[in-house]
Amino acid sequence: MNIFVCVKQVPDTETKIIPTADGSFIETNSIKWIMNPYDEYAVEQALLVQAANAGSTVTVLRVGSSKDTEALRTAMAMGADEAYLVEAQDNLDSYMIAKALKGAIAKSGKTPDLILSGKQAIDDDCLQVPQILATMLNMPSVSVVVNYEGSATDITVKREVEGGALEIYGVKLPALIACNKGINTPRYASLPGIMKAKKKPLTTLSLTDVGVSDADKRVKYSNFQLPPEKPPGKKFDATDAAKMASVVKEVVGLLRTEAKVL
Amino acid sequence: MDFTLTPEQLEIKDLAMKFAKNEMMPRAHEFDEKATMPMDILKKAWELGLVNTCIPSEYGGNSFSAIDSMIITEALAYGCMGMNTAIMANDLALLPIVIGGTDEQKKRFLTPFTESYKIAAFCLTEPANGSDAGGIKTLIKEDGDDLIISGNKMWITNAGYADLFVLYGTTDPTLKHKGITAVVIEKGTPGIELGKKEDKMGHRCSDTRAVTFNNVRIPKKNMLGGLNQGWKIAMKTLDHSRPMVAASAVGGATCAYDHSVKYAKERIQFNVPISSHQAIQFMIAEMALKIEAARLLVHKAAWLLDNHQPNTLLASYAKAFAADSCMQITTDAVQIYGGYGYSKEYPVEKLMRDAKLIQVYEGTSQIQRLVIAKEIFTR
Ligand SMILES: Cc1cc2nc3c(=O)[nH]c(=O)nc-3n(C[C@H](O)[C@H](O)[C@H](O)COP(=O)(O)OP(=O)(O)OC[C@H]3O[C@@H](n4cnc5c(N)ncnc54)[C@H](O)[C@@H]3O)c2cc1C
Ligand SMILES: Cc1cc2nc3c(=O)[nH]c(=O)nc-3n(C[C@H](O)[C@H](O)[C@H](O)COP(=O)(O)OP(=O)(O)OC[C@H]3O[C@@H](n4cnc5c(N)ncnc54)[C@H](O)[C@@H]3O)c2cc1C
Repeated sequence: MNIFVCVKQVPDTETKIIPTADGSFIETNSIKWIMNPYDEYAVEQALLVQAANAGSTVTVLRVGSSKDTEALRTAMAMGADEAYLVEAQDNLDSYMIAKALKGAIAKSGKTPDLILSGKQAIDDDCLQVPQILATMLNMPSVSVVVNYEGSATDITVKREVEGGALEIYGVKLPALIACNKGINTPRYASLPGIMKAKKKPLTTLSLTDVGVSDADKRVKYSNFQLPPEKPPGKKFDATDAAKMASVVKEVVGLLRTEAKVL
Repeated sequence: MDFTLTPEQLEIKDLAMKFAKNEMMPRAHEFDEKATMPMDILKKAWELGLVNTCIPSEYGGNSFSAIDSMIITEALAYGCMGMNTAIMANDLALLPIVIGGTDEQKKRFLTPFTESYKIAAFCLTEPANGSDAGGIKTLIKEDGDDLIISGNKMWITNAGYADLFVLYGTTDPTLKHKGITAVVIEKGTPGIELGKKEDKMGHRCSDTRAVTFNNVRIPKKNMLGGLNQGWKIAMKTLDHSRPMVAASAVGGATCAYDHSVKYAKERIQFNVPISSHQAIQFMIAEMALKIEAARLLVHKAAWLLDNHQPNTLLASYAKAFAADSCMQITTDAVQIYGGYGYSKEYPVEKLMRDAKLIQVYEGTSQIQRLVIAKEIFTR
């Protein structure tokens, strides 16, 4: 099987995000990049599928800046065979990223049997690249997948829906599966794995190479700013029983009118 | 001059830190309490290549540079200094083989450590000889093609689980360091008697015991570097192991520092986070600068080793400074936590207990100063 995995490099979850002075993006110099945590599930799933289907290859794809190739190197250290990097700024819109990924798959010369990705990237939380890519490639896609079983041609996946229920889908490959936490336990990249990854092929492509231009831009970012600070919590004094009734009434009222949760 | 780590070293560090934070830290308290070896964690660390960093690739290892092994050790000690001792003791025991062993001995002794998780113990200290290691009394006698070993060893890390003992003895105690001889003794050799597990202040999950060798007979092909050649091997081993122990101090100190910064921002006294009080800020600033300085000493000691330059002096600078800093930093961490720091429900009291050992083993802080002073006054 030709298995592809899309990975994104995102700021470490502990990073303090600072918008640039002109508001065009965020400061990237001080960021420590990591592989998007949901993509780790995708890489692991690809390696599990590869192990179950002899002769399969795992190719990782990433669109983003070449200053740091952490995510691709980690994926190869975990066991992926080769990687493609489409060099671009780190804030392309979802449509451009999907088109670039499609172009990179074409450049690899391999027809995908299975494409895996994370269900979302934890930086911009757009949740649309997998679906756009699948549509462009004219293949089915299932997202928020927590369970994967099947052969090289037919699979059964379970996806999580609101309220914790599961939907079960039978899918014919080729398809795109976007993974959620719980689908597997990603392995660590071992030290010998890290050493071996150095020798694995990493091909760099430009946006032009994959047929993406400014004309593909669907979203224009106008300004990056931090969300407003959360207002401080409210304290209610109900230390003596006499006040209790009025405080309860007040809290219920506020939950209704202000918080709008009742 | 270049202070940057290579992309590969950054990845090694990331992996080791991830392992430390996900696998070691959450269970450090549990194993400290139970005082048992965390075998599943140690085995997992071995599977990822984090154990036995000193084994060259010819014998199945990873041929890590000294800097690489410092990076790994620092990260693992961040996770738990005690577990790291169990891991690091393997390197202490295997290094004499890497340094003084023949090709045949390396194949015979090192390669099995790369094929499955095995444990090694380094036996130098005796009940009556700790700092004065040149005065050890364990006797090594020739008997045809064999050697017969008799004597008592003390404070031997990993002893209860060891597949291999690397032992320093003497052919004649009156020869002092000129009689020191290094040998490898395999588990199960008749005459090895294990003492009870020591009930320790810190590093409680690591297994420390006295070991008695009652006329233990081994073939001469288990001798490293020939009769009376052990001291040189021991000294070269220290050049590598002391920076490693120093790296573990940096790891433990960094853990205490991270906890302190976090707690200082959260704990409110006098209506402000205690991080707003200059007294707390200064303690934390002191921690940060000592950690950075200690790490630089460790890396320089390792860099000299990687570049085949004498590093004995730097190894002692690093060991003394990092160990003493770790003690100060972990003590201050308890101070910053106030009463909570004194409780086992919070992580810092364990760090303070663990730090103490680093000032003691692999040459006490005093012995490091002895080495440094000797270099100064005999040059
Ligand atoms: C938990 C633990 C694990 C250990 N693991 C191992 C191991 O795996 N293998 C092994 O071989 N050993 C091991 N050791 C032993 C350790 O290396 C020794 O404890 C250490 O070298 C100190 O020796 P000592 O305990 O005999 O103290 P002593 O040598 O008796 O020292 C007592 C005090 O006197 C000071 N002192 C001694 N001589 C001088 C001097 N000339 N000038 C100034 N001050 C001096 C020391 O600094 C110290 O403060 C371990 C020890 C512990 C506690
Ligand atoms: C074993 C034990 C027994 C005890 N027994 C008793 C008892 O019998 N009765 C009782 O009432 N209490 C008792 N205590 C409580 C003890 O007195 C407090 O722990 C102590 O006063 C510190 O308070 P804290 O733990 O809240 O630390 P915090 O006040 O939170 O202090 C945390 C850190 O911030 C520093 N700090 C705080 N404010 C400032 C400032 N303005 N400027 C600079 N630094 C500052 C502190 O010095 C400390 O380093 C006991 C505590 C322990 C651990």
